[in-house]
Order: sequence, then C-alpha cells, then structure tokens
Amino acid sequence: MAETSLPKRRSAGAPPRAPASPLLRLLRRSESARGYLMMSPTLLIMTFGIVVPFFILLVISLWTRQGFGFDTTLTLANYGRSWTEPIYGALMLRSFWISGVATVATVLLCYPMAYYVAFHVHRNKMMWIILMTLPFWTSYLLRVFAWKVILGYEGVINSGLMSAGLIDAPLGFLLYSPTAVIITLAHAWAAFAILPLYVSLEKIDKSLLEAATDLGDGPMARFFRVTLPLSMPGVIAASFLIFIPTTGDYITPALLGGPDGAMIGNLIQLQFGAVNNWPMGATLSIVLMLWIAALALVFLLVTRKVQGRIT
Amino acid sequence: MSSYIKRPNRALQLYAVIFLIVLYVPVLFIPLFSFNDSIYVRFPLQGFTVKWYGELWTREPVWNALWNSVKVGLVVSVISTVLGVMAARSITRTRIRGKGALVTFIMMPLVIPGIIFGVALLVLLSRMGVPLSLYTVGLGHLIICLPFAVATLLPRFEGFDPSIEEASADLGENGWWTFWRVTFPMVMPGIVASLLLTFTISFDEFIMAFFLTGTDPTLPMYIWGQLRFPKEFPSVLAMAALILFVSFALVFVAQWVGRKGLEDQE
Amino acid sequence: MKGTSEMASADRFISIRKVSKSFGAFQAIDDVSMDIRQGEFFSLLGASGCGKTTLLRMLAGFESTSKGEIFIDDQPMSDVPPHHRPVNMVFQSYAIFPHLNVRDNIAYGLRKQKLSAARRAEMVEDMLDLIKLPGYGNRKANELSGGQRQRIALARALILRPKVLLLDEPLGALDKQLREQMQLELRALQRQVGITFVFVTHDQEEALTLSDRIAVMAGGKVLQVDTPAGLYETPKTRDVASFIGNMNFFRGTVRRNGSAMAAIEAEGLGTIPMSTAELTKPDGAPVQIGLRPEKFSLSPTRPDTGLAIEGALRTASYMGERSQYYLSIPGKDEPVAVSSPNTHRLIGAQDAPEGQTLWLSWSPEAIVILETD
Repeated sequence: MAETSLPKRRSAGAPPRAPASPLLRLLRRSESARGYLMMSPTLLIMTFGIVVPFFILLVISLWTRQGFGFDTTLTLANYGRSWTEPIYGALMLRSFWISGVATVATVLLCYPMAYYVAFHVHRNKMMWIILMTLPFWTSYLLRVFAWKVILGYEGVINSGLMSAGLIDAPLGFLLYSPTAVIITLAHAWAAFAILPLYVSLEKIDKSLLEAATDLGDGPMARFFRVTLPLSMPGVIAASFLIFIPTTGDYITPALLGGPDGAMIGNLIQLQFGAVNNWPMGATLSIVLMLWIAALALVFLLVTRKVQGRIT
Repeated sequence: MSSYIKRPNRALQLYAVIFLIVLYVPVLFIPLFSFNDSIYVRFPLQGFTVKWYGELWTREPVWNALWNSVKVGLVVSVISTVLGVMAARSITRTRIRGKGALVTFIMMPLVIPGIIFGVALLVLLSRMGVPLSLYTVGLGHLIICLPFAVATLLPRFEGFDPSIEEASADLGENGWWTFWRVTFPMVMPGIVASLLLTFTISFDEFIMAFFLTGTDPTLPMYIWGQLRFPKEFPSVLAMAALILFVSFALVFVAQWVGRKGLEDQE
Repeated sequence: MKGTSEMASADRFISIRKVSKSFGAFQAIDDVSMDIRQGEFFSLLGASGCGKTTLLRMLAGFESTSKGEIFIDDQPMSDVPPHHRPVNMVFQSYAIFPHLNVRDNIAYGLRKQKLSAARRAEMVEDMLDLIKLPGYGNRKANELSGGQRQRIALARALILRPKVLLLDEPLGALDKQLREQMQLELRALQRQVGITFVFVTHDQEEALTLSDRIAVMAGGKVLQVDTPAGLYETPKTRDVASFIGNMNFFRGTVRRNGSAMAAIEAEGLGTIPMSTAELTKPDGAPVQIGLRPEKFSLSPTRPDTGLAIEGALRTASYMGERSQYYLSIPGKDEPVAVSSPNTHRLIGAQDAPEGQTLWLSWSPEAIVILETD
C-alpha cells in the first residue's frame, strides 16, 4: 500500500549488456585507459610539434652547410664555431643581459600592482585583472610597433618634447638601442608577471599577516618576513615566464634594437633567412635552449636556497 | 569592511592608476595617429581624417590576408578547444599516472622561445617535403594555442564537483549523454572563453607565421611586409587600430565570460 | 522452485562476495563478504578512511572491484556500468545540477522512459509532495538550503524506483537540529517506499537510530554486522565495542571447575561467575571482557546484593541527563568509567570530593566477552 505513493518504474532496470570487444571492455573498466585515450590527440600533436622537430633540429645542428645543400656527416663543427667566434657569444650574453634587466624591471614594477589588487581591491577584482592582462592577448607585433611609433626619431616623445619646446633636437638614444628593447619587453610582458604574482599573493591567508602584526611586526617587517617569502613562488614563476621567452625574441630587437640592440634571436632568424645556413641556425637554437635550461636551474637552486634561509 | 591589513593605501592606489595608464597609453597612440592627416607619425597632429581607413577598404591584398588569418584562426580555435576539453577532462576526471608530467609537457610552449618552435617546425616540415602553406601556419598556431586552451578549461573542470557527473551516470545516462546534459552546459563559459582566446592568439600570432607561411600571408605577416615602407605607415596604423579594437573586444568578452563563470561556480 | 530462489534472494538481495579493492599499494577494501536483505535500512559505519564510501561507490559502479563480485538481485555487477545499475545514489554533496531547476533535476533520469510531458510533470509533482516541497519546481539549485537540496537529491533518485538507494553521509552537512529531524523523516520515508537503503555514516548515534542492521568497518574490513542493539550489547571485538559507545575493558583468566561451574577472574573485579553456555574457553585461557559505563551502579555504601567493589573517585563531570565518573580501583591501572543517570535533582556523588570512596556494583549478565585479537 505504501508502494503506491510512488510512480512505478517503467523499465525495470535495463539488463546488463554483454561485454563487447576486449578494447571496449578495457576502456569501460580502466579509468586510466579512458584518460590516456582522451589525452592522446593533444599528446600526439604536441609530440609531432615539439619532440620530433627538436630531434630533427638536433640532427641538423650536427650537419654543415655545403653550397645550397647540407653535408650530412655528423660533426660538432658548428658548436665549435658558436663557442670560438666572439659574435655568437657576445650576442648570447647581450640577450641574457637584456632579458634579465627586462625581467627584473617587469617583476619589480608589477609586484606592487599585483599586491594592490590582491590586498586592496575589494570590489570588481575580476575587472582589474582583466584590465591588466588585456593588452597581453593582443598582437605582440602591433604592441612593439606602437613603441616604435612612440620612441621613434620623429616619434611621439621626441616630437612631443620638441613641440613643447623642451628639447631642440630629437633624443637619439630612444630608438635603436638596448634601452628601447628593454622598455618594450617590460611593457609587453607585464601581464605574464602580474598573473602569477597576483595568484601567489591572493593565496596568502590574511590571518597570517594579522598574526605577524599581532606578534609585533610593523608593515615593513611584516612584508619582508611574511608576505614576500610567501609570494616567492609567484616571483619565481613570473621571472621564468618572462626571462625564457624574451631571450629568444627577435621582433622587438628587429624593430627597435638597431645594431646595438640586436639579440641572438635575430641571428638565428638570419641563419634561416638571408644567410641561409640552417645547420648553424639549428646549432644556435640548441645552444640557446641549453643556456636557458642551465640558467633556469641555477636560478631555481639559488632562490630555493635563499628561501630556505628566510623561512 | 576593510580590516587593518586591507585598509586603503593612497600611495599604492596612485601607483595602480599610473600603472594602468602606462600600460594602455602606448597602444592608444596607434588609433590616435590612424586618424591623423599626415603620413608622418609625429606631433603636432595635423587634422582628422578617415582616408587611411578608406584606402584599406580598396586594397585587395589586405582582404586576402584578413581572410587567411580568419580561416586559420577559426580552424585553430575549434580544434584546440575541442582537444583542450578532452585533455582537461582526462586530467581532472581520471586517475592517470604521470599527470603532472603530462600537464608540464602540454604547457611547455608557454616557456620556450617562440623562435625555437618556429625554426624546429620549419626544419621538420622541409625535411618531410611538406610545402609551407596556411596549413603549416595552422599547425604552428595549434601548438601554441593548445596550452592556452587547456589552461583556460582546466579551472572550469577543476571547479565543479565530479559527483555532479557521477550523479548523471547514476541516474542512468551514459558518458555521451552525461557530457551533453551536464558537463557541456557547465563548462560552456570556459569553452566560449577558450574559443575566443585561441582565435585571438592565432589571429595576432606572428613569430610562428614568420617561419611557416608560404605564399599566402596572414594579416600580421602582411603588416610586417608593409613596415619596411615608411609611406605605408598610416595605412598600417589604420589596420593596426582595427585589429587592436577587435582583439580587445574578443579577449575582453572571453575573459569576462570565463572568469564570470568561475566566480558563479564558487 | 522459483519461489524458493526468490525467498533466498530476499535475504541476499545485495550479496558482496570476497570483494577487495586496492589503490596502488593502499588496500581500501580487504576481502569483504556480506549480504544485505531486501527492504532493510542498512548502514555502513566507520571512521573516515575505513572503506565505507569506497564500498558504497562500488555498489553504485563508480569504483571497480579489484577482486570478488557484487550481486544485486542475483545479477553480477562487475560489467554493468553505473548508468545501467538498478541503484541510485544520494551524494554527500548532493550533486544537484546547478544549471537546472528543481523540476528538471528531479526529472533528470526520466529521459529514457519516453513519458508524455504530462505524465512526467505529474510524477515530479508527486515526488515534490513526497519530500514535502510542493511548489518548489521552478526554484534554481542555488536558491535552496542544505536541507532542501538533500530532499531534492532523494527525490531525484527515488523517482526512478531503484532496487537499492545508496546514501553517502547525506546528513553530514546539516546542522544538528535539522539532522535529527531529517533522520526521522528518512526513516519514515524508507518505511513508506520500501526500498532497500544502504547508508554510509561515521556517526554511530545516527547509525543506531536509523538502521535495521549495521556493518561496522575499519581498515577496509567489516568487523561485525548486527542490529543496533546487538552491536551495542554484544560487540564481538574490542574495536567494535569502543567504536560504538564507551566500554571499560578488563583482562581476565578463565577459571573452570569441572563442567558445571565457570568463572572469570578479571583484573580489579575479582571473580565473576559465568554461565557455561557463554564461556566455552578452557581453564586458564586469557580473555578480555567489557562492561559499559552505564552498567555500573554507584553507591556510598556497599550494596546488599550483586557483585561490588570499592573505588576511589578521580573525576566527576556533570553532563545534564547523566553524569560521568572516573574511579580508580585496586588491581587496574586505567580508571573505570561509570555513567549514572541523574534521576534526582542533585546526586551527592556529583559534589563528592576527589578521592572519596564509592562502591561500584554490576550484574554478571552485563559482562561482554570479547574476542581476543
């Protein structure tokens, strides 16, 4: 009698299906098999797009140019040249120096901003984050172009200052210099610094800061003893995310760097373009990667050690 | 409302405003000078004109390049979003070994200089004898868009309780129907965000395109070509202004939808 | 012929046969076998990590079995995916679809039944009446309170008339008062619909209140399956005894004199005569016995009847309807817990100073002999 208070089930439970092929059975029973299957197209593309090309790049870097073709005997000659000929080392060093300065500048400039949004913005936080990261998603080429317009010999700054009567002749150092490249890189990659910094600051439990204050720390001491150490993962991530891609940049130096601001990326691009020495270009790419990996490792070890000492 | 820690700080406020101005002003010079009636990009401004835009309208190569970029962008955004959904789902919903390593692998293009990808793919394709075309550009874009698609979609999948999908299975729906009746509506904002974002990235992308373009240029490649001619500056400015406007709008909507959706979940 | 097999399957409506489940090196379920009867309210009780939720999820089909087989209504379940199993689940988080309103949530599982829209609406209205939320059909999921979500989750599962309803700590997220009210409603609902309920909880009181039978689990194993009274009064092991309520444990030795007389010589309690039917172990065997705190009576002077010993009061805590005392007795290191109902407004012992001597008395029937592990 109580049974009637519920509507009757029409189909009394579908009968269990007979297991189909072994593959289907594996997929049904094994979660990880399903997981890998769903990941496989992405992994396949990434393998074809990253792993295989790198392998080929490695092989070609061991060849040498011969006229318009390649001498396919394997040799380390290109690596030798990249080490002994000063132009390569000099450009590599300059790339790291320019990227390093740009990275430090970006992280330092973005930290207060991320801090402001994480701790002092209470309404429309999302709006702020979008505003700060929006330019990053738009054309890199056009943003660099915008700086060319601004820093140019007859650009916005020079012509503006001149028409305001502040200077008589255009300031030459603005365009075609490492300074121009650093300014542009710092501006262009700001969003890459802000996001990780913001995330790491936002994650900090506010009661930790209150505890530090309660235990006698003033704002400065609190920042250096609690906030900064806890946001270090964000600082490290931001540094990596800017330093690594910018070392290989060639658009910015090509448009704004001039001869003094050229970076290793321009040289690599030349090997694949005008110079037409693909093996040398491949070698330089690989050397660049190795240097980046080595620097990243050192950076990671140092920050870990420093952090261990602070906390 | 504001606690001791969060009490207002005037200096920081001022810094934030200046920061935003410096972030945006350089980009705003492009539309400003695109309406300037002079082929020189310098102050003082010479007067208002829309003739550079009118000139663009009649240029055949501009339309071709635009169409090429749209084609590549559409295909790349759809493929990378579909693959991103599958990858994000398997990362968050199945117990698979080496998950961390796989995610790192997928995110690798974010931290490797684009030029290295470009030349590596160029070398591979030329060894395989594949002629450069819009397809090769698309492949390059796919590789840099996939991490962004996965990164956009992952939080959506992480943000909702897996037992909601289990409830659907428990109530009699198989995997396919569960996806369409539960998963898809719930990750919809992420999918929209991913589509818009990856389209914009592909549409604006230059580094990969530089190495992988054949005879059909994408719009950024066309612009790069025009930059060599100072007299083309005004028309490039007009084109750049249009592209920036469209990109800003698309990305703004993408971010808004994506983050709004995430906030609603919480 | 058919009749007898159906009779048998009513007792073994859900039959769990030698089931094990491991996640890598971790053994979540360790060789569990038990039967659940048709129409009973069955609870899986245990601390977190004991495997109760894993077992429930295996019944639902969300976890596969590493070894063994589960039968529901005589059907083996290993190859049946969750969406084909005749069971439905109320999730711990309720898993109400946030993008659907209450009506669509409840009707979610009806898609495959090809019902007319009118029939479907009628079924949903019936369910809303059943869970006492009539008129809530158009509410969005985020407009519901915890208790309402819990009812929707129930309705959404019950509308499919499952053979078994699985409930994963469905009352855990509710505050105390609402939880007690929902316990009563859940029990009444189960009686009304007559569906087999398998209920997971870590709350022993909840399990005792609700269940026909309870399986106590620990470390992936089922320690004991019994009725609430059976578990409380005759726990088999020390683990079960201490998980359900409080228990004083005493080590002892069997003393036998021929076959007629048997007794246990227990630390601190002296010699306790036992019936030979209960005490089957040979003379001199070590045993472990248990005595619930409320089985003791306290008195300032030696009682006239029964077994009694003297103890010194260590602490007394007043807990409203009863008071809890700890007394140290000679011959036992740990103090003995005694729970005494406050039948009078104030009992003198509550104000008794520490160290005061009190008499504890008990009857031999209150003794539980535990399996030595």
